[in-house]
Amino acid sequence: MDKQDFLTFKDINKSFSGVRVLKDVNCSIKKGDVHAIVGENGAGKSTLVKILAGVYPVGEYTGVITLEGQECWFKDIRQAEDAGICIIYQELELIPSMTVSENIYLGYEPGKRGVIDHDLMHKNAVQLLARLHADISPEVLVEQLRVGQQQIVAICRALSKNAKILIFDEPTSALSDTDVVILFDIIRGLKKEGVTSIFISHKLHRVREISDSLTILRDGRSVAGGPIEEFSEAEIITHMVGRELLKKYPRVPHQGSEVVMEVKNFTVFDPGIPKTLVDNVSFSVRKGEILGFSGLMGAGRTELFMAMFGSYDNYEITGEIYLEGEKLTISTPYDAIKKGLGLVVENRKEHGLVACLNIINNSTLANLTQLTTRLGAVDENEAIHRTKEYAEKFSLRYSSLEQLVESLSGGNQQKVVITKSLMASPKILILDEPTRGIDVLAKHDIYNIMNQLIEEGVAIVMISSEMPEIMGMADRIFVMCEGKITGELMHEEATQEKIMQFATRFKG
Amino acid sequence: MEEKTIQNKKRTLTINVRLRSFAMVGALIVIWLLFTLLTHGTFLSMRNISNLFRLTGIMGVLVIGMVGCLVSGVFDLSIGSVVGLTGAITGILLEQVGVNYILALFISLIFGLLIGMWQGFWIAYRGVPAFIVTLGGMMIFRGITVLITNGCSIPISNHQFAIFGQGYLPRWVSIVIGAIVVVLFIISDLSKRKKRLSYGFNISSALMAGIKYTVVLLFVALFVVSLNSYQGLPLAVVILIVLYFLFAFIYNKTKYGRYVYAVGGNQVAAKLSGINIKRIYMRVFMLMGLLSALGGNILTSRLATATPNAGNGFELDAIASCVIGGISLAGGRGQLFGAMVGTLVMTSLANGMSLMNMTAAWQDVVKGLILLFAVWFDVSYKK
Repeated sequence: MDKQDFLTFKDINKSFSGVRVLKDVNCSIKKGDVHAIVGENGAGKSTLVKILAGVYPVGEYTGVITLEGQECWFKDIRQAEDAGICIIYQELELIPSMTVSENIYLGYEPGKRGVIDHDLMHKNAVQLLARLHADISPEVLVEQLRVGQQQIVAICRALSKNAKILIFDEPTSALSDTDVVILFDIIRGLKKEGVTSIFISHKLHRVREISDSLTILRDGRSVAGGPIEEFSEAEIITHMVGRELLKKYPRVPHQGSEVVMEVKNFTVFDPGIPKTLVDNVSFSVRKGEILGFSGLMGAGRTELFMAMFGSYDNYEITGEIYLEGEKLTISTPYDAIKKGLGLVVENRKEHGLVACLNIINNSTLANLTQLTTRLGAVDENEAIHRTKEYAEKFSLRYSSLEQLVESLSGGNQQKVVITKSLMASPKILILDEPTRGIDVLAKHDIYNIMNQLIEEGVAIVMISSEMPEIMGMADRIFVMCEGKITGELMHEEATQEKIMQFATRFKG
Repeated sequence: MEEKTIQNKKRTLTINVRLRSFAMVGALIVIWLLFTLLTHGTFLSMRNISNLFRLTGIMGVLVIGMVGCLVSGVFDLSIGSVVGLTGAITGILLEQVGVNYILALFISLIFGLLIGMWQGFWIAYRGVPAFIVTLGGMMIFRGITVLITNGCSIPISNHQFAIFGQGYLPRWVSIVIGAIVVVLFIISDLSKRKKRLSYGFNISSALMAGIKYTVVLLFVALFVVSLNSYQGLPLAVVILIVLYFLFAFIYNKTKYGRYVYAVGGNQVAAKLSGINIKRIYMRVFMLMGLLSALGGNILTSRLATATPNAGNGFELDAIASCVIGGISLAGGRGQLFGAMVGTLVMTSLANGMSLMNMTAAWQDVVKGLILLFAVWFDVSYKK
C-alpha cells in the first residue's frame, strides 16, 4: 500500500447554521507520521478533526475521507473509535474522582455480564502504562495526578481502544516544558509502533519540534501543507495570518523606577496535602516595568499570587506585602482589589468570566461600587460608556456590548477579563498566563496592551510558562522551582538555557 | 467570518428568548381558553379571575424570593414551612396574646428575617449545602409550627388583619394605579430606547414598540376593569405588583442584583472579582425568609385561620413556577418577569382544575407533567 494514501481529506465542507467554517479542505497524511494542523483560532482545525473522529457524523459535512485507500465515514464517536481513531481533548475528559485504570477503561470495562473484572483491568492498565514508560499507579485517583500525567492516562485510554490514529487537540497548552518533553517522547515511541498522530497546536516551535508534516488552515481553507522542512516558523505564521506579522514580541524596553510593591518572606502552606506550595519568597516590583515569573508547572507561581490576592480560604499564609510603603493585610480578593492589586487569572473560563453575562456586566463586575449612584442603582450609562472606552482601546472584536461573553473568542474573552481588572484602577496588574490558548493576532494585542499600561504607570507582573514569551516581553525575570525563587535575570542576560537551569534547580 | 458566526449565534439566542416569552404567554392563553371551555365559562367569570389573582398574589411573593435563590445557584426547600410558622406566629399573637395587628405582622416578619439569617448563616458561613440546610429547615420549622399550635388551627377574628388577604382597593384607586403603571411603563421604555439608540444597540421598530404599548395598555385596562367589575383590585395583588417592581429594580439595576447573577453564573470568578459571596448568600436567604413570612401572613389573612399545615408544598410550587418561567436551576440565567408568568401558569392550572372538581392527587399529576414538558421544551430549544 502506498504510504501517501493512509489518510486523506478531500474537499471537506462544513457549515454551522449557514456559516461555512470549512471550505474545500484538502489534506493527506502518511502512515506513522506526526502531522500538525495549525491555524488561528476559528480557522477550523478542531472542526476538521472532529469530523474525522465522528463528533460531527456523516451527513453533516460534505467531502470524502479515505483511510488506507478506503472511503470511510462514521455515524458517531464509537464507530470512529472502532476504526482506530481517537481524540485526546485539551480538557482531557477524565473523571477526577475515579482511578487511573477505571478512567482508561471507562465505557469498555473488561468483564462478564456487567460485572467488571477488576484484576484483568488492573493488569491491562499496568501494561499500557508500561508501554508509555509512565510511572503512574493504576490505582490512584486521577485528581491526584499532575496535568501531564493525566494526559498520559488519556493517551492510554485511546491506546486501549487499539488506536491507529491519535488526535491531540492543543496537548501542550497546559503542560510544563518537562511534561512536554515526556509527551513528545511518548508520541515518538508510538510513531515507531506505527501509530499516526495528528497534532493541533498554536505553539509553532512545538509543532516544528515534533511534526513530520503539516497542514495550515486559514479561515476554513487549507492554504498550505507538506513536509515540515519546507516551512520556516515565519513562513507558517505568514500563511496562518495571511500577512507578515511585523514583530512577534513588540517589546519596548522599560526602565523600572521606584519600588511599588515589596513582598517579604511569603509562604503558602496547604495543610490538606500537606505541602509547602510557596516557600519563603521575597521580591519587589518596580513602577514601569514588566516583571516576569517563569518556571515549570507546579512551581508555585500561580499559588504565590493567588495567595497574595486573598483567594485561598484553607491555606496557611505568612509573609508581608508592602504597597508604596504601606503594609497590606489582605484576606479576601475584595481587600486586594481595594488596595490596588489586579489579578487576571490563569483559567479565564473557570475563574475569570461569568459566561452567561454580557460584556458590560463582566467588565464592570469588580468596579460596581464606583458605578453605583446614591439611589443604589448601577449607573448603566457610565457602565456602558466605560466598557466601550476599553473595548475601543483594546480593539475588542464584538458585535454588541450586550453580547454574552461565552460567544466571544478566547482572545477577546481575555481582553474582557483584563478590562475587568483595569476598571478597578490597579497599581499593579498581575497577568497569569495571559496568552494561553489564544490566537497570534490576539496575543499581539495583549502584548500591546501591556506596553500601553506600563506607559500609564501601572506595574505589571506576568506569569508565563512560555519561555520565548517571557524572554520577549519581561524586563526582569524571576524563575521559581518548588515554591522557591531560584533565580533572577535581566532581559539582556536571559536565555532559555539559563531559565531552564533555574527552573529545574530541585532540592533533589 | 468569526464575527459572523458570533452575530448569528446572538441572533438565534435573542430569537429563542423572544420565542420563549411568546410561547409562555401563548401557553397561558391556551390554558385559560381550555379551562373556560371545560368549565363552561366559570373560569373566566369575574369572581374567579379575582380569586385567581389573589392566589397568584401569595405564590408570587414567594416566587420573587425564590428567583433570587435560583439565580444565585441555590434553592430553598423550607419556604412552605416558614409560611406555616410565620402564619402561626401571627395567629398566636393576635388571638392568644392579643396584640395590635400591625405589631403582630411586624413581629412575624422579623421572625421570617431571623429564619433567613439562620439558614444563611449555615449556608454562607458554615459551608453546609443549601439543599441540606433548607431540607432541615423544612422539617424544623414545620415541627415548631405544630408544636406552638398544638396541631390545631387558630381562627383569626381580627378584621383589620383580614384586609391583607381579603381586602380590595376602591375602584377609582385601581383605575389611577392602572393608569400610573401604563404611563410609567411607556416612559421608562421610551427612555430605555433612547439610551440604547445612543449607544448603537439594536432596538425594535417604532411599530413594534407601538404594538407593545397598546398590548400593555389593553392588558392593564382589561385587568383593572375585570377586577373592578367584581369587587376591585385585591390588596394582595397590589402588594405583589409593588414587590414586583421593587425586586425587578433590585435584581436588574442594583449592585446586589448584578452580584446575585454573577455568583450564580460563576462563583469563583465572582469571588476573584472582589464580591463577598458569603454576604450575598446571607442576603438572598434573609430576603427569602422575609418574603416567606409576608406570604405566610397574606395566606393566613385570606383564610382567616392559621393552620399548622399551611404552606405545605409551596416550595415545590414556587420552584416549578420559576423553572417554567425560564429561571435556570444551574444559576445565573432567567428573569423575574418570566417567573411571574410561570407563577400565573401554575396558579391558573391549580385554579382551573379545582373548578373542574379534580382531586388534589390528579392536580399534582397534571402539574408535574406540565413542569416536565416545559423544561423539555426549553432544553430541546437550546440545542
